[in-house]
Amino acid sequence: MSAGSPPVEARGLVKRYGHVLAVDGVDLTVSTGDIYGYLGPNGAGKTTSLRMLLGLITPTAGVAKLFGRDPMVMGRRALEGVAGFVEAPRFYPYLTGRKNLELLAAFDGGDAASLIDEMLEAVDLADRQRDRVGTYSHGMKQRLGIAASLIRRPRLLILDEPNTGLDPAGMRDMKVLIRRLASEGITVLLSSHQMADVEELCNRVAIINRGRILYEGQVATLKQSLGTWYTVRTSDPEAAERVGLRLGLDDVARGGDELRFGASEETVERFVAELIREGIGVRALVPQQATLEDLFFQLTEPGGHQPLAPLPGLEAVT
Amino acid sequence: MPGVLTAYAWELRKLVHQKRTFLGLGAALAVPLIFVTALTLQGGSPNDVAFGKYVRESGLAIPLVLLLFASIWLFPLVTALVAGDIIAAEDHNGTLKTIFTRSLDRGHIFAGKALAALTYAAAALFLMGSVAVVAGSLKSGFNSLVSLSGDRVSAPHALGLVAASFAVYLIPIASVVAIGLLLSALTRNSAAAVVGTLMTALLMQLIGILPGLGSLQPYLLTTQFSAWQGFFQTPTDWTPIIRAVWVCALYGLPCLLGAYLIFLRRDVSGG
Repeated sequence: MSAGSPPVEARGLVKRYGHVLAVDGVDLTVSTGDIYGYLGPNGAGKTTSLRMLLGLITPTAGVAKLFGRDPMVMGRRALEGVAGFVEAPRFYPYLTGRKNLELLAAFDGGDAASLIDEMLEAVDLADRQRDRVGTYSHGMKQRLGIAASLIRRPRLLILDEPNTGLDPAGMRDMKVLIRRLASEGITVLLSSHQMADVEELCNRVAIINRGRILYEGQVATLKQSLGTWYTVRTSDPEAAERVGLRLGLDDVARGGDELRFGASEETVERFVAELIREGIGVRALVPQQATLEDLFFQLTEPGGHQPLAPLPGLEAVT
Repeated sequence: MPGVLTAYAWELRKLVHQKRTFLGLGAALAVPLIFVTALTLQGGSPNDVAFGKYVRESGLAIPLVLLLFASIWLFPLVTALVAGDIIAAEDHNGTLKTIFTRSLDRGHIFAGKALAALTYAAAALFLMGSVAVVAGSLKSGFNSLVSLSGDRVSAPHALGLVAASFAVYLIPIASVVAIGLLLSALTRNSAAAVVGTLMTALLMQLIGILPGLGSLQPYLLTTQFSAWQGFFQTPTDWTPIIRAVWVCALYGLPCLLGAYLIFLRRDVSGG
């Protein structure tokens, strides 16, 4: 391992299957301590990228390194300190949950076997450890996958849709677990469709679509770039809308007694003053921060950038 | 540090937990029992095969007759049941990605699988041989045996020759294992690999009996299943045994190498 090498560094990763370009020049850098969200619609190239990182598939071009080690060059030695799963974790259905972990611990060597009991407790599978995995629910297999990853004592944990199949309580527990692992110094690369969870958990994100990275950076920076929009409830929405358009508010949409728009703070100030001057009652003014989901859809939906979606029941007027 | 032995030990444990394992072992156990039962219930002997006419004189002739019968389809099938499945089942279960992201090299995992498949075939062969010797001796007695040269061989010596014969029988079995592994890695489908391995063995038997292809017979894999008969010549005829070694190597090693390279280099894009 090179001193100071980031847990994940991918440069120009390409994977082509015949005429299909699954991953097209992906660059990723996950730094130590990151909880890094990897977002993209189905078929965007997330899982293919993760498989290349783990050395499961050979890149057509480019290089992926884990702690400075290339799995294509160093084989399993590149995976030291790395654990996780891509898509659903898979196990031998005819073996018990415990036997599966014992097998994987034997394949890992070291003290992995001594962690089995602790990890089965941690993922709440201690009671079912003697049952065959073939009888497990999807969520239980998901939790067994986490346990299988943690017995490696990873410094980098790669999780592909870890919430799939989990009930709400399971999802909550997963978030708690990821936070705890991060607080213990484990770097987490998390692929997920749960935008709210990624926004809540991750400090950095990459958004991929059609094999290409569309955004990579800090979540906070990303949200700032989207700006803020407002919802105002007034006594005369039609008149308020006319005032708003006159003042050049962005993306004005009206529905019921509410008006939604984007504007700078100075423009909002002028807009409210104007409403009052014209005798229009302002009942509520609510600022709303753009969410990761907003950006995700702006970047990944066909047609490129789209204005922020109107609230249910609102009609775009610009 | 985990290595080949780790993979081998776990492959054996996995086999113990799978039903198909006991299908082959059950067949290896049942065939000699059925044969001896049939001998008990019916008159006559299988005189058209080597040692067939001695099955009522010496129980030690029975495992040798069974070796000849089993080479037609039983042992290719028993061997293929595991060798054809042992890699393809990982594809079916989607577990390659699980084990390829641990600390064990792909090469070690492959070696563990190959050894486990060979061990299984050897265990089935040992089981059939042991049961055949015991059941045969109970039926026809632990008596001396007439060799293929017409000499009478004492019972203890004949038992040693039977054991050596079973050991030599393992040579073509190892090649069938290699073919099974190759088809398992290539097709990623258990059923296709098992049937393909069996069909390969049957095809070679067919070639062996086709008119005009008699000159190929000594070099067919299936012919090597009879190499053990050299032990029952006086003096011992090593020619078929030595030929079995190199002919089987010609079939088995390229298949093993091919399976190894496929396993080593393949993309794990499913599961």
